[in-house]
Amino acid sequence: MLYPQARQVLLDWLSEPRGNPSGAHRLARAARRALDDARDDLAAALGCGPGDVVFTSGGTEADNLALFGVMEAPPARSAPGVDPTQPCLRGAVACSAVEHHAVLEPVHALGGTVLAVDSCGRVDLDRLAGQLAPDTRLVSIMAVNNEVGTINDLAAVVAMVRERTGGRALVHTDAVAAFPWIDVVEAAASVDLLSISAHKFGGPPGVGALVVRPGVALRARLLGGGQERDRRSGTPNVAGIMAMAAAARQTVAQRPATVARVAAQRDRFVDTLGQRLDGVGETVPDRAAKVAGNAHLCFEGVASEELLFLLDRGGVGASAASSCASGAIQISHVLAAMGIDRVGGGGAVRFTLGWTTTDAEIDRGLDVVIDAVQQLRRARR
Amino acid sequence: MSTASRPARVMVAMSGGVDSSVSAALCVAAGHEVVGVTLKLWGGVTDKGCCSVADVDDARRVADQLGIDHHVFNYADEFSAHVVDPYLSAHGQGTTPNPCIECNRHIKFDLLHHRAMALGFDAVATGHHARVRRNGEGQWRLARGVDVAKDQSYVLYMVTQEVLATTMFPVGELTKDEVRQRAAGTGLRTAAKPDSQDVCFIAGNPARARQTFLGERIALRPARVVDQAGQQLSTVTAVELVTIGQRRGLGLAGGAAARYVVDIDHQTATVTVGDRAALRRDRLEFQAVAPSGTYLHGPVLVQCSAHGHIQAGRIEGSTLFWDQPQPRVAPGQSVVFYDPAAPDEVLGGAVVAIPLGNR
Repeated sequence: MLYPQARQVLLDWLSEPRGNPSGAHRLARAARRALDDARDDLAAALGCGPGDVVFTSGGTEADNLALFGVMEAPPARSAPGVDPTQPCLRGAVACSAVEHHAVLEPVHALGGTVLAVDSCGRVDLDRLAGQLAPDTRLVSIMAVNNEVGTINDLAAVVAMVRERTGGRALVHTDAVAAFPWIDVVEAAASVDLLSISAHKFGGPPGVGALVVRPGVALRARLLGGGQERDRRSGTPNVAGIMAMAAAARQTVAQRPATVARVAAQRDRFVDTLGQRLDGVGETVPDRAAKVAGNAHLCFEGVASEELLFLLDRGGVGASAASSCASGAIQISHVLAAMGIDRVGGGGAVRFTLGWTTTDAEIDRGLDVVIDAVQQLRRARR
Repeated sequence: MSTASRPARVMVAMSGGVDSSVSAALCVAAGHEVVGVTLKLWGGVTDKGCCSVADVDDARRVADQLGIDHHVFNYADEFSAHVVDPYLSAHGQGTTPNPCIECNRHIKFDLLHHRAMALGFDAVATGHHARVRRNGEGQWRLARGVDVAKDQSYVLYMVTQEVLATTMFPVGELTKDEVRQRAAGTGLRTAAKPDSQDVCFIAGNPARARQTFLGERIALRPARVVDQAGQQLSTVTAVELVTIGQRRGLGLAGGAAARYVVDIDHQTATVTVGDRAALRRDRLEFQAVAPSGTYLHGPVLVQCSAHGHIQAGRIEGSTLFWDQPQPRVAPGQSVVFYDPAAPDEVLGGAVVAIPLGNR
C-alpha cells in the first residue's frame, strides 16, 4: 500500500500541468528541481551520492541493467583493438540459486554460474569461495530473500568475493525485499550496485532505482536521450520518482518502529498457529536470520493450493512459491535450492506483513488459517 | 446433480472454451454460488496447445464478466503421471490409448472433484455434453447430452455414483448451437471460439505432431506391412503409431480394394492388413468394468469410440459377444455399454483387453 505521503505527492504532481525535466522552460525547471530533490532523498536513504542513483521502471529493470550493464561494459581503459562502443563480454558472472528471476534469468542469459545456498536460503560462504572462478567479474547476491526472508551478510560476501578475485570482481545486490526492513546504508555499504523497487516500500509500482557506485563501468540497456547520465534513457517518471522518494523517507524514518511492531505481530501469528495447530513448521526457524515481515510456514498434510484457495475465500491473501504467467502455482526454485522436497514444499505458504498490518488483521488471519487447515485435514482422504 | 437444484456452492471447471463458459453462466443464472477454476495440466508459458496462457486468460475474463472468482489449479505433475506417461507407454506397447478418458478418470472426476469437496463445495460443474439423472431406485445415471453429435458420455463412463451425485453438466441440456447462441447472447468472449481438437497436449497438425511428440519421448521402430499371407507390401516409419482398423498412411498403392490394419505384432514390428471382412470379429475381451463395482451381464448397446455407431451385443463374464460381427476394436480403447431399456443411459465401460503378445 502507498504511504499517504507518497499518494499525496503523486496526486499533487499529476493534477497540474508539468514539464519534462530535460526541457529548458519554467515548468521543465520545476520538474528538474523535483527530480533532483527526489534523487537527493533516495541517495540519503540508500547511502550513496545523488549521481550514483539511476532511476528505472522497477526492480527488474534495475537488476537487468546491473547484470548486463556491467558484463557488457567496455573495459575501463580501452585496450588496443577494443572498440569502447561495442559490448565486450569478459569474465564470468555468478549469482545465488535463490535470487529473484530478474537476476537469475540475466545470469542464465550471460552463461553465468548459480551458487549453492544453505538450508536457510543464505549464500554459503565456504562454497562461494570454492565456486568462484578467478576471472569472475560480477557476483549478484540478494540482500534479503523475497520468499523466505533470509538476510545475507553482504559485508562478508563482498570481502570473500574481493579476496577470491584479487579485488577485480564487482558485487551487485538485489535489495528489493530488504529495503523495507533493514538499513541498507550500513548493510550494503561495500556493494558496488544495488537495486530497489518502490512498490515494496509504500511507493507506486513501475518505479525503482539502481545504485551504481562511482567508477563502476556500466553500458546502458535503454538507448536514447541519455537522461540518466547515459546509463538509462527515457523521460523520467517524475511523479513516480517523487512518490518513491517520499516513501523512502517514510520507510527510513519509521523503520525501527515498524520492524519492532511487525516482528511482534509476526511472532504472535506464528507462535499462535504453532500452539493451536499440529504440524506447523517454520521454513527458516531462526527468526533472527530473517526480516520481520516474513512468515513462511509449512503445514503438514495440506496442499498449498487448497490452503491458499480457502485463505482467499476467507479474505486472507497469501502466496505459495511463485506464480507463472497463467497464475498456476509452481514449485518454488527457492525452496528447491534450500533442499526442501516437494512433499514438504507442497504445504508451504508465505504470509507477508507490512507497515499497514494491524493486530486485528493478525487475529482475523489466525482464525481464517486455523479454520482452513482444520477443514482440509478433516477432508483428507 | 441437476443444475436446477436448490442453490449450492458450485465449482465450475473452466477450460477457456465456450462450453465451460456457458456452464459457468448457467450455474450463475441458476442462483448458485459459483467459483471458476482452470486446470494447468501441461506445457510451459507458451501460448499454444492446451492450458495455454490465452485459454486461461479467456477463462479468467469470462469469470470476470460473470462476476465470479477464478483460480488456477496446477495439476501438471498429476497429468504427466496419470495421462501423458500412460499415453506414451501405451503407444510404446502398441496399444491405442484414450487420454481424455484417463484425464477424466484421474484428474477431473477424481483429484479435482475431491479437492472441490475438501474445499467445501457441494458440486462440480463441467462443460461436458452429458446429463445426470436419478432413476426410480435412487441410482444416479449418466446419460447422453441432448446434442447427440456432441455427446461426450463415452469419455465419462467411469464416473462413480458418489461423484455423479455431486456433478453438474449444465450444457448437456443444450445443443451446441444453443450453447453458442447463449454465449453470444450473454456477450461471452468465447462464443465463437473453435472446438478443441484431438489430443489436447499435442499441438499442431494431428498426424505429424503426434509422431513428433512421440518420437521425442519414446523409441519409434519402423515396421513391415504385410498381407494375410505374409507377403510384404510396404513399410511404415513407426509401428507405435499404427492402430487396428487404420486404413490411411500405410504406404499402400491406391486403386485396389480398401485394406485395413487387422493385426499388429508389436514384437516383430509387423503390421498385417486385410479387407473389411478380415477385420470383423464376433466378440471382444475387455478388462475390469468401470465404475468399479458395476456388474454387467446380458444384452447391452455398445459404443467403441467417442462418436462411434451403436451396436448391440451381450456380455458374458469379461467377453462381449456382438449380435452382428463388428470391426475389431484396438486394444487400449474403451468400449462403453448403454442400457437397451434406456438407450441414452450409460451402464459402464471398459478398456479392450491387450492380447498376450502385446504385453
